[in-house]
Amino acid sequence: MTGSFDFVLSLGDDALIAAQRLGEWTSRAPEMEEDIALANIALDQLGAARLLLTYAGELEGAGRDEDALAFLRDDREFRNCLLVELPNGDFAVTMAKLFFLSAYQLPLYTALAGCADERLAAIGAKARKESAYHLDHAALWVKRLGDGTEESHRRMQAAVDEVWPYTHELFAADPAAPVDPATLRADFDATVSTVLAEATLTRPETGWTPGGGRDGVHTEHVSYLLAEMQVLHRAHPGAKW
Amino acid sequence: MSRESSPLWEVFVRARRGLSHTHVGSLHAPDAELALRNARDVYTRRQEGVSIWVVPAAAITASSPDEKDAFFEPAADKVYRHPTFYEVPDGVAHL
Amino acid sequence: MYGNDFSAPDDAPGGGLLGEVEAAEAALREAAARARRGGPAPDEDLEAYFADVIDADQKIEPRDWMPEAYRKTLIRQIAQHAHSEIIGMQPEGNWISRAPSLKRKAILLAKVQDEAGHGLYLYAAAETLGVSRDELVELLISGRQKYSSIFNYPTLTWADVGAIGWLVDGAAIVNQVPLCRCSYGPYARAMIRVCKEESFHQRQGYEILHTLAHGTPGQKAMAQDAVDRWWYPSLAMFGPPDGDSTHSAQSMAWKIKRFSNDDLRQRFVDMCVQQAEILGLRIPDPDLRWNDERQAYDYTQPDYDELMQVIKGNGPCNRQRMEHRRRAHADGAWVREAAAAYAAKRSANNKEKVAA
Repeated sequence: MTGSFDFVLSLGDDALIAAQRLGEWTSRAPEMEEDIALANIALDQLGAARLLLTYAGELEGAGRDEDALAFLRDDREFRNCLLVELPNGDFAVTMAKLFFLSAYQLPLYTALAGCADERLAAIGAKARKESAYHLDHAALWVKRLGDGTEESHRRMQAAVDEVWPYTHELFAADPAAPVDPATLRADFDATVSTVLAEATLTRPETGWTPGGGRDGVHTEHVSYLLAEMQVLHRAHPGAKW
Repeated sequence: MSRESSPLWEVFVRARRGLSHTHVGSLHAPDAELALRNARDVYTRRQEGVSIWVVPAAAITASSPDEKDAFFEPAADKVYRHPTFYEVPDGVAHL
Repeated sequence: MYGNDFSAPDDAPGGGLLGEVEAAEAALREAAARARRGGPAPDEDLEAYFADVIDADQKIEPRDWMPEAYRKTLIRQIAQHAHSEIIGMQPEGNWISRAPSLKRKAILLAKVQDEAGHGLYLYAAAETLGVSRDELVELLISGRQKYSSIFNYPTLTWADVGAIGWLVDGAAIVNQVPLCRCSYGPYARAMIRVCKEESFHQRQGYEILHTLAHGTPGQKAMAQDAVDRWWYPSLAMFGPPDGDSTHSAQSMAWKIKRFSNDDLRQRFVDMCVQQAEILGLRIPDPDLRWNDERQAYDYTQPDYDELMQVIKGNGPCNRQRMEHRRRAHADGAWVREAAAAYAAKRSANNKEKVAA
């Protein structure tokens, strides 16, 4: 069902919205060193988003560049998963989101690095290394918060419980895509189990499995996020920046 | 306010193969693993291909006032961090 | 980092201020290479020894003896500088989420991230003087130490990001370049690193304004409005006029400070005039004109009463900036405690492992 354009667009949107959320942490992190780390991860996601959106625009062939795709599409045209658009919450929620996202992006980009599409393979090869770092960083914090104080354990478990339902959407089968997301599930599950166990956290039961992001049916949050992100660009049609 | 116990770490970076590790600065982190990660983010934002050591500052015994001074040379990774990335219109001075 | 649209950095030595930073760095190396004396002889007068090192343009290092007032002055100055970097993240961070293109968003994120890094280098330099970062952060949060007043002005439009880069970072560099030659080694080294990075900040600001000034009429108006609002506060960044400056004379003698407030302000004005012409933007000073006799521009002084008001806490954003910092610090407390608790559990279990 998915053409290359939609597939690349969805990955680009994941990265873009993740970057937008991570950028919100700037000047608000628990420690200066962490402020710098979160900005690095945001920059990586933004970098991947730019490459992916640029490529999506070329595949589409309608003359849209990265900025046209980022700033001039409406809410229903965004193809990102719901996970990335969820509000940052406290630091535990942000780390839960980053942990699950990178545990998905790492095997995804790794698989892409070996795919037949040369452009995608090159992007995958680059982004894979960054995802490995993001996963490492998030896992490190999930362990510290899970096995830190009573309060941090409670917060981290609550964050995992809150975000977990949104992970299922990431693995919806799409056999026609350059990489079928369903094939990434085993890798993801293994990573999650290991880290949560070490963090003394419980992996939630699977019940509710919200989705719809890939079809442009989002949470209420995304419209606000886009309103903020796009406001200046749209206020000056055709302007150069 | 609770007393924070995030010790100081000294950071040493090997900028390129063939060079020895050089002191580049310090940072705070609660443990070695985080100190290493933080060192990467804080002190190699403009570099790549480096090896990093972190040492608890408390573990260093210093000798005399006569220290050797370290220098740090940013390398080119994120080129927009380097001033020469920006186009300066012809004839602008002192920028 | 991603981005194939970036050209390779030019390896040519920088001119202008960047060149001066490099010269300061070379001078630092040279001073270190010169045959230098070790510590004081057992029976030597410590003050004379200290004065000797300063006179010889050698660096004072952390374990050297130093007068208590020198130590205190440095702690205050370096800490205020560090606080300024950390608070300074807020006005520009305000525009990260709304940056008008993805490229500008990436650059701005990297810039604000650099400021966190600068704060961190500077706190580390202050720590070599025997004060902890926790103490300094506490002094900031409780309002007992100040940060640069410039950050108490709001960023109302995107052009303000450009104006901050060009004028505020420009003024900061003019202030800071001489500090690369400061007599205290850790501060001088931190400043060399900071100034090199700041130069990128100033250029990205100039580029933003240049693009706006050559864009649509709406963009040009936005750029001019930003320059109108940031010009005088930027001039005030150099501090009160020399006659009113309390700390200057002793700091000059100790080679902590190397030029007077008014000298640096003049230097900044002289640089900006031509840069504004190329931007096609007007500096909002009807009395700005070349003085052939002085070989410098005559200009209108900033409103120092306004500066004093802002320093006292009555600028447009003082309360907002402090509240933001306090909240971030308070909201992060449980995370810092968790990390400390985790580290304590681990070191109780195994021997601390040091990365290789």
